[in-house]
Formats: sequence, structure tokens, C-alpha cells
Amino acid sequence: MIRYLLPLTIFLGITVLFIYGLQNDPRYIPSPLINQSAPEFNLPTLHEPELNIKMDTLKGKVSLLNVWASWCAACRIEHPILNNAVRNYDIKLYGLNYKDSRSEALIWLKDLGNPYIESAYDKDGVVGIDYGVYGVPETFIIDKQGIIRYKHIGPINNEQFDNIIMPMIRNLEEEK
Amino acid sequence: MIPELGHFTLILALAMAFIQSSFPLVGATIANQTFMALARPVARLQFFFVVISFFILVYSFLINDFSISYIANNSNTLLPWYYRFSAVWGAHEGSLLLWVLILNIWTIAVTYFSRGLPEYFVARVIGVMGLISAGFLLFMLFTSNPFERIFPIPLDGADLNPLLQDIGLIIHPPILYMGYVGFSVAFSFAIAALLDSNLDTTWARWSRPWTLLAWIFLTLGIALGSWWAYYELGWGGWWFWDPVENASFMPWLIGTALIHSLAATDKRGIFKNWTLLLSICAFALSLLGTFLVRSGVITSVHAFATDPTRGIFILLLLGVFVGGSLVLYAFRAPTIKAGGKFKLLSRETFLLLNSILFLVAMLTVLLGTIYPLIIEALNLGKISVGAPYFNAVFVPIMSPLVVFLGLGVITKWKQDNLFQLLIKLRYLLISTLFIGITIVLVFFENHQLKTSMGIIAALWISLTTFYSFYLRLQNKKNKLAAMLIIPRSYYGMLLAHLGFSVCIVGITITSNHSVDIHERMKIGDTIEFSNYQFNLRDLKEISGPNYKATEAIVDVKKNETLITTLRSQKRIYTVRDMPMTEAGIDAGFTRDIYMSLGEPLDTESWSVRLYHKPFVRWIWLGSILMAIGGLLAILDKRYRTAKQRKKSIIVNNEVVS
Repeated sequence: MIRYLLPLTIFLGITVLFIYGLQNDPRYIPSPLINQSAPEFNLPTLHEPELNIKMDTLKGKVSLLNVWASWCAACRIEHPILNNAVRNYDIKLYGLNYKDSRSEALIWLKDLGNPYIESAYDKDGVVGIDYGVYGVPETFIIDKQGIIRYKHIGPINNEQFDNIIMPMIRNLEEEK
Repeated sequence: MIPELGHFTLILALAMAFIQSSFPLVGATIANQTFMALARPVARLQFFFVVISFFILVYSFLINDFSISYIANNSNTLLPWYYRFSAVWGAHEGSLLLWVLILNIWTIAVTYFSRGLPEYFVARVIGVMGLISAGFLLFMLFTSNPFERIFPIPLDGADLNPLLQDIGLIIHPPILYMGYVGFSVAFSFAIAALLDSNLDTTWARWSRPWTLLAWIFLTLGIALGSWWAYYELGWGGWWFWDPVENASFMPWLIGTALIHSLAATDKRGIFKNWTLLLSICAFALSLLGTFLVRSGVITSVHAFATDPTRGIFILLLLGVFVGGSLVLYAFRAPTIKAGGKFKLLSRETFLLLNSILFLVAMLTVLLGTIYPLIIEALNLGKISVGAPYFNAVFVPIMSPLVVFLGLGVITKWKQDNLFQLLIKLRYLLISTLFIGITIVLVFFENHQLKTSMGIIAALWISLTTFYSFYLRLQNKKNKLAAMLIIPRSYYGMLLAHLGFSVCIVGITITSNHSVDIHERMKIGDTIEFSNYQFNLRDLKEISGPNYKATEAIVDVKKNETLITTLRSQKRIYTVRDMPMTEAGIDAGFTRDIYMSLGEPLDTESWSVRLYHKPFVRWIWLGSILMAIGGLLAILDKRYRTAKQRKKSIIVNNEVVS
């Protein structure tokens, strides 16, 4: 009898797993960095190699840090949405140009428009590693104290920008 | 008004499904002829209502009725009519309706082609199928009504996902579903057999053609899906081990084991329990596939709109059907007497070993598919299992399977003599190794070890298959007459096994010897790659019905002679603002040249990806051969015995009267 119950047992095991699985959001990917201070960096800017940009520059106001690259196809989809966002809302958007060639990145911004106040040039992706970047584009919301409060993986679409990103920024701006 | 009619006919279909499942099942138990006789007419009535409902949805798509939420979300006035038609199954609600329609097509086929079977058995089969239909109709009516209205009515629809706007996607889902859902017939036959008080092996013969037919559809459906991914996703891959692909591959693995096991049960009266379990398992995996695609438990590029309530409902269905049948199996299986005996060295042993290997292969794929879920449940974080895992585990499982396949076809049923087998094997083994290694040394410079493994496997299968054919004809005086006497199912087996080896050749060579480059090109540039010269002749702007595109025209030359002109497009579908790549492919028997247009790099140059993929066609060619083999097996005379018996009875009656 017992060996005939084996298929049933395996099936029940899998079912329990699925019941558990249904309670989780599969798209939610936790970032260990959330509610931690954003990792420090000190990088040359994309436009002027002799000038540097630091993490401290971002503090004081709620800001967005968008990781992008000219080789990244999904960034091209996201780009018009970012252009739109800076046109319509009063937000501070910084870029982290990740593992890119400076000339190609500059051509890219020239062709498609530059929504960023400034882009940091992370040629070797060292800062990217500190930020746990594994899929470009990624977008971090960093609060006034320089703490990461939210992370979005993959391209943001208009709907997500209006319904997730903007409300979050507004809430954070009300914080002291 | 018309959409409400569609909704209403679905409710009527549900009512029919209830009658179809209750009365015949009860009738078969208490031997009530009237109850049992209800099965066929009610099933046909249900089919009628589902067809009406389906055509109302098709009609609403064709006339752009955006008051229906499903249509507003998945169609658009600019969409060509044939894509409006295929958009019916472009998303969750409509593809469920297609699922139910196909289940009803199978049921109605059973009502017509089951004349020779005992009444109580047919009543049970149709009853179980009615139960499945009721479950899915409830699911549709409660969580995913395709006829739900939307207010205010949008002026235009949100368009069909551009990935699905393709000829391959018009036919791929219906064929795949024919396979998936077709296993419900094998499942219902197995349940009917388990409910039977004196279970013998005749059900296996009845079930065989149905199971084969479902397997053929599934084989073709998977091959079509792979072909579609190859040319539509624009990066030259043909199999991604994506959870949704795995969802169709798992029932195929078990289905393949099942058609072999059914043959053994039918011919030799063995593996009864095992065949029953495989029948349940194949359909359980079809349901699991439905669950995985729709529940959002596992993310995938294919993922349909995910919704936890839907997930819970399908899980409930899965629990009732699979849990219920496994409980029934646990009670009934111990009472089933083992059939014919066989010795260790016999075809039965090899069949059983391969059956187990197919099961192991399925479990490995299942493990890889749900492993991320297990890791998460154990609080070890989030991971995803990729192609490296599947490739690493699959080859070691398939290798012994290939060896046993070859041994199985040349070993006798019941018992064989080890010494005689070794004599037979002597030349086979030497010639397989010799030809295989020679081919690899002559034609391939790198990856020789992996390539020779694949080539030797394919040769082993084909040579043993031909040898078994030779053995059959060996002692016959008139070879031609003997060839005509051999049943069609035997030729089907030959062809399917050859198809399998053709597939192995394709997979081996494509995986180990494909090359690609990624280059920047502007008009007039020429790139030398894989002994071909690629010249970008022109870049054109094109306007499609619902997209804008840039088309690259590339002349391919070899030694200054023009071989072909490739056209690849980068499209932007305007409604969803979604980019798509249309690859340019020159298909050939021994190689494909494949080009896909990447991104614009500046005002005049684009990134272009070029691939040289040897023998990739063989993968699909092999699948088609397997399917034709299956078809030959269905056409075998042994399944027509019921009809013939009936004819002879009629003839006898006439003689008597």
C-alpha cells in the first residue's frame, strides 16, 4: 500500500509549496540595501571627466538614481518616460552610467535627450556592484538623509512612474 | 446583447457539464441504462453551447466590440483581421475558452469513435471529461469571464501584445492545447479503468490511439513554439528552459513514456499499474502547466496576467482532479494483478528502464522549474534556475536512455539470450563508433568530444532501428511481401525513432557549432563572417498597419556569388510603444544564416547581429518525423478491430436473416 501512496505524497508536497508560493509576489526582489544608507561613491561625471560627483551631492532632497547604459535595450524603452517625468514633475534625477563607453553614452544622450541633472561615469561597474545592480536599468529612490527607500528593477513605464514612484517621492518629501 | 448571449451559453454549457458528469458516472455504478445513455447527447449539447460562445467571442473581436473588457485590452482597430481572430486566445480569458472548446472537441470525438466499447466504460470516460469541463467552466465564469463589459467604452483597444502578432502564434496555441488537453482522454480512460471492478488490459488498447494523437499534437505544438521563439524573439535561440516551455515539455516526457508503456500493456499485459500512473501523471502535468502559466507563482517571459485568486482556483482544480485520482490509484492499484512475466534480459526491461528515465527527466525539469520556489520557502533568498542547470542534468539522463533504446529494439520480448545479443551487437557497436568518430574528425574542428557523443547517439539509434527491421525480414523468403505484412505501427516506430535521432543531430551540432558576431554597420559596410560576406545594401523606413519599422537589407555573398538577401526589421508597435525585432533568416538543410537588427547607434549606423547556425532545421525536421511516426501508428489495423468486428456481426445477421 505504501508504495502506491508515494505519488500522492509527492503531489501533496508540491501542492503545499504552491500554496506558499501563491502568497508571495514573484516580481518582488528584495534588495538588502533598502532602508540602508546608499553606498558612498566618488566618480567623474559623464560630461566633464575632471569634475567629480559624490553620493553627498544627492542628499538634502529626495532623489532618484537611475542606472543606465547605452548598450542596454530596455533603457531605450525607459528613456522617453524619464524625459517625460522630468518635464512634468519637479524631481531630482541622477544617472549612473554603468559599464559604458563615454563617447557612446554621450551620443546616446545627445540623440535621445538628457533627463539627468548629472550622470556619474562608472566605467568598470565598481559602484554598480556596491548598489547590487544586476539588471539595467535599475532605479533607486534615495531620501533626504541619503537612505535607499525603494528599488525598481527593469524599465519603469508611465503607469508605474505615476502610481508607484511619484507617490513614494511625495511621501518622502513630507518626511523631515 | 450578443456578448451576454455568449456569457449565457457558457452557463448553459456548465449546466450540461454537470449533467454529463453526474448521471453517466452514477449510472455506470448502479447499472442504470437511461443514466448512461445520457452521456453522449448531453456531451454533444455541451459542445454546441461552447462553440456558440466561442464564435460570439470571435465575432466580437472581428467587429471591434471594445465594450468587452477582454477585447479592449487585447485588440485594436488597426490590427489586421487575422490577428484580431488569433487575439481571441492572446490572453488569459480567451485562451481558457479555447481550452474548454478543445476539451469539448476531444469529448465529442470520444462520443463518435467509441461505438465498439462497453456502454458503462464510455459513460465513465465521458463523465470524467464532463467533470473536467465543469471545473474549467466554473473557473472561467467565476474568475475570468471573457465577456465582461467595461464602462466607459474605450474608443480604441490597447492592442494585442506585439510578440503574439505572428503567424506562428495563430496556430501554436491551438495545436499545443490539442496536445495538452488531449491527455485528458488518456486520463479519463485510466480513471474509468480504475473505477471498473474487473480491471483488465483492454482499456489500454482503447486508450492507445487517443494518447498517440494527443502526443502527436503536443510534439508538433512544442516544435512550433520552438520555431516561433527562434525567428520571433530575434536572438537565434530555439529553446530557453523557460518555465512555460518546461510546462509543455514535462507532459511530453511523460506522454512519451506513456505511449510506450501503453503499447507494452496492450501487447503483453504488463506494467498495468505503471501505465495507469503515467496516464494520471501526463494530465496532471498538463494541469500543472496551466497553473504555472496563470498563477504567477513563477515568473516567466510568457507570463499571462497574474492574479492570486485565479492561482488558488486552479490549485483547487489540480487538488481535486490529481489528488482525487491519486487517492483512487492508491486504493485500486494494490489489487491489480501483475501481468505477463519477463526475464531480466528482455525488451520489457529496457522499456521499463526508459519509462523510468523519462520520469526522472520530468522530475529534474520539475525540480528546476519549482526550485526557486523551494529556496524561497526555505528562506534562502531568491534565485532563478537557468539553462546551465537543465543542460547539465539533461545530457546524463538522456545518454543511458539512448543506449537502452537501441538495446530495446533489437532485444526479444520476454527473454533473450545474452550471447546471441552480444553477437548481434558486435558489428553494430563497432560501426556506430567508427562512423561517428570519423564524421566528427573529418567535419568538426572544435568541441569534438561533445559533438561525437551526440553523433554517436544518433547513429546508435538509427543503426539499431534499421537492424531491427533487417532482423524482421532476415528469414523471410519474399522480402517485399513480408514488408507489406509488417503492421503500420512498426513503421511508425521506425520513423519516430529516426526522427528522434535527427533531432539529436540538430541539437548537438547547433548547440556546439553555432557562431555569432555583433557589429556596427552603416550602409555600404561589408563584414566577413563564417566564410560569408555580409553587405548592408540599404536601410528603409517602413509603415505597417500598427507599427513603424526600419528594415535593413543585407546581401550575403560567398566567394563573390550572391547567396541570398536578408531582410531584418526593427519595429515599434505604436499603441503599446513596444519594440520588436523581425529576424532575417536564410533557411537551409545544413545551415541557417540569421540576422537581427539591433539598435540605432547614431544617425547612420546600426548594431547588427549575425548568426551561423548549422543543422538547426534538423531539430524541427526530427520533430515532424516523430509526429508522422505517431500518425502511422494510429493508422494501424489493430485499432480498427472493433469496427471490423461490428461489420462482421452485421454480415452474420444478414446471413441469418
